[in-house]
Amino acid sequence: MALDQQQVRDIAELARLQLDDNQIAEYQKNLSSILDLVDQLSAVDTSSVEPMAHPLDAVQRLRADAVTEENQRDHFQQCAPQTENGYYLVPRVVE
Amino acid sequence: MHTKTIAEIARDLAAGEYSSVEITTDLLNRVKQLDGDINSFITVTGEQALAQAKAADERRAAGQAETWTGIPMAHKDIFCTDGVVTSCGSKMLSNFAAPYDATVVEKFNQAGAVSLGKLNMDEFAMGSSNESSFYGPVANPWNKDHVPGGSSGGSAAAVAAGFVPGATATDTGGSIRQPAAFCGVTGIKPTYGRVSRWGMIAYASSLDQGGCITRNAEDAAMMMNIMAGYDAKDSTCVEQPVPDYTSTLNDSLEGMTIGLPKEYFSSDLSADMQQAVRDAISEYEKLGASIKEVSLPNARLAIPAYYIIAPAECSANLSRMDGVRFGYRCDDPQDINDLYKRSRGEGFGGEVKRRIMIGAYALSAGFYDAYYKKAQQVRRLIKNDFSAALKEVDILAAPVSPTPAFKRGEKTSDPVEMYLEDIFTISLNLAGMPGMSIPCGQVNNLPVGLQLIGDYFAEDRLLNAAHKFQQATDWHLKTPAGI
Repeated sequence: MALDQQQVRDIAELARLQLDDNQIAEYQKNLSSILDLVDQLSAVDTSSVEPMAHPLDAVQRLRADAVTEENQRDHFQQCAPQTENGYYLVPRVVE
Repeated sequence: MHTKTIAEIARDLAAGEYSSVEITTDLLNRVKQLDGDINSFITVTGEQALAQAKAADERRAAGQAETWTGIPMAHKDIFCTDGVVTSCGSKMLSNFAAPYDATVVEKFNQAGAVSLGKLNMDEFAMGSSNESSFYGPVANPWNKDHVPGGSSGGSAAAVAAGFVPGATATDTGGSIRQPAAFCGVTGIKPTYGRVSRWGMIAYASSLDQGGCITRNAEDAAMMMNIMAGYDAKDSTCVEQPVPDYTSTLNDSLEGMTIGLPKEYFSSDLSADMQQAVRDAISEYEKLGASIKEVSLPNARLAIPAYYIIAPAECSANLSRMDGVRFGYRCDDPQDINDLYKRSRGEGFGGEVKRRIMIGAYALSAGFYDAYYKKAQQVRRLIKNDFSAALKEVDILAAPVSPTPAFKRGEKTSDPVEMYLEDIFTISLNLAGMPGMSIPCGQVNNLPVGLQLIGDYFAEDRLLNAAHKFQQATDWHLKTPAGI
C-alpha cells in the first residue's frame, strides 16, 4: 500500500514529529514498503479467531485502593527540562 | 581473568584467589584500553563499581558473602539506574539521569553484584544491528567490520570482548538471541512476564522481556536466579515460583524429544548455516534426545504481525517522550505544538520515527480492525502453532538468524531487509514463550547460534538442554582473536 506525501505529513502531525521537507520522500518510500510487508495479513482468514492481547491471556491485576507511594515531586522534577514552583514549564497555551 | 565465567569468579572470590576490587579494576582497565574500537559501553561507572566491589570485599571479610557478592557485570542502557544516565541509545534520553533503579537493577544490587556501567543498544531497542544507536554503532569483536546484532549489541559484544562475564539484555523480537548468536555467546529470553519490566524502558509492552547474555548456560542460570520472579510493580509480571535454575542443569537428556520446525529449515537458510545447526542437532541425538519434525504453518506471518503490534505499542509508549517532564527539549519552542514536534523530531532517530509513524497510522481512526485487531488475531494463530508443536515434543531447535553477522552498513538502506533478519526469532515474542541462543558452529570465521525454544516457564528445561550441549562441545569456549 503506497502512501502519498500528504499522508506522510498527516501521520507525522498525528505523531507530533517534525520532519524536514527533504526527508518526506524517503519516509514515503520506506513507510510504503513497510505497509506492503504488513499487508500480507489481509489475505489470512481470521474470522473465528479471538484477538490475543497477552501471551498468557492474563487479566489486569487489581490492588487494594490504598496509598502506597509517597510524594517525590522534587526528586522527579530534577530531570525535567524546565520547572518553576513545582510546575513543569511549557510555552503559553492559553492566551 | 577476563575470560572467566560467573561461576568461576564466584568460586575464585570464595577461595580468596583474588578480590572483587582486583577483578573489577582489571575489567575496567580492559574497557578503557579496548572499548574504543568496540563501543559496547555508553557509560562506564568506574567509581561506583569500585565502591560496590570494596563493599563486597568487606562483606566477604565479615563472613556475609553470598553467591553473587562482588561479581562484575553490566546493564543494557534500557534499565533505569538511579542517578546514572539511562539513554536507551537515544539522543532523546541522553540527559536523563533516572530517578530510580529498575527492579532488575535493584535485584543485582541487592545480591551484591558490581555494575561496570551501561551498555550500548539500538535506539529504544529498535534494530537488529546496533547501528541505530545515538552513541554510534557497536563493532563485533569477532570481526570489527561486522555488526554485533541488535538490539542488545552492546551486551553481547561486551561479553564476547571479555569486559564482563554477563550482562542484562532485553528481547522484543530477537534482541537477546540474535546478538548472542552473532557474538558467539549465550543468551536467554525468558517467558513473557517471568522477569519484571519495571524500570525497563518500554518499547512494545506486550512483547518486551528482560533476560541476559553470558558465556555459558550455567552463568545464564545464575543470572536468572537473580532476575526472575514476581514484582507487584509490573502488572504483567507473573506470580509463579522461581526454581533454582542451576539445580537442573545436569539432568539427563535421555528420552527428551526435540522438534525441528520444518519452516525454519527452508531456503531462507544458507547451506552452511543449515549444516552448523544440523550438526548441533546430531550432537543432541548423541546425548540421548530423539528428533522429530514439526510444523509451524503460520511462521511466515510473524514478521507482518510484529510490524503492526510493535509499532502500535511503541507509538503509544513513546508518546511520553514529549520534552516536558524529562529528556531532550528543543531550543526556543514557539508554542506547545512546536515544543512537542521539534523535541521529538530532533530527539528521535530515523528508525524510531518510522516505527512511531507506522503505529500512529495503524491505530488511526478507521484502521484499527484492519491492522491492530487483525495482527492480534494472527498472533493467536502463531501462538497456537507453538502450543500444538510443544504438545508433540519437549523443546524445539532452530536456527537463530538466516546468516552470521553481516557487515556494518549492509542493510541500513532498506528497513524491510533489516526486519527480515529476525525471521526465526520474532514469532517467539508473539507467542510469549522462552528461547535461548547458544554457540553451535562457525561460518566464515563468524559464530553461528542454535535456538532452543520451550513451553511457557520451561526456562529450566532450556538451560538444562543448553548446559548439556556445552558439556559435550566447545563452541562456547571459543573467543575472538586477541581476546
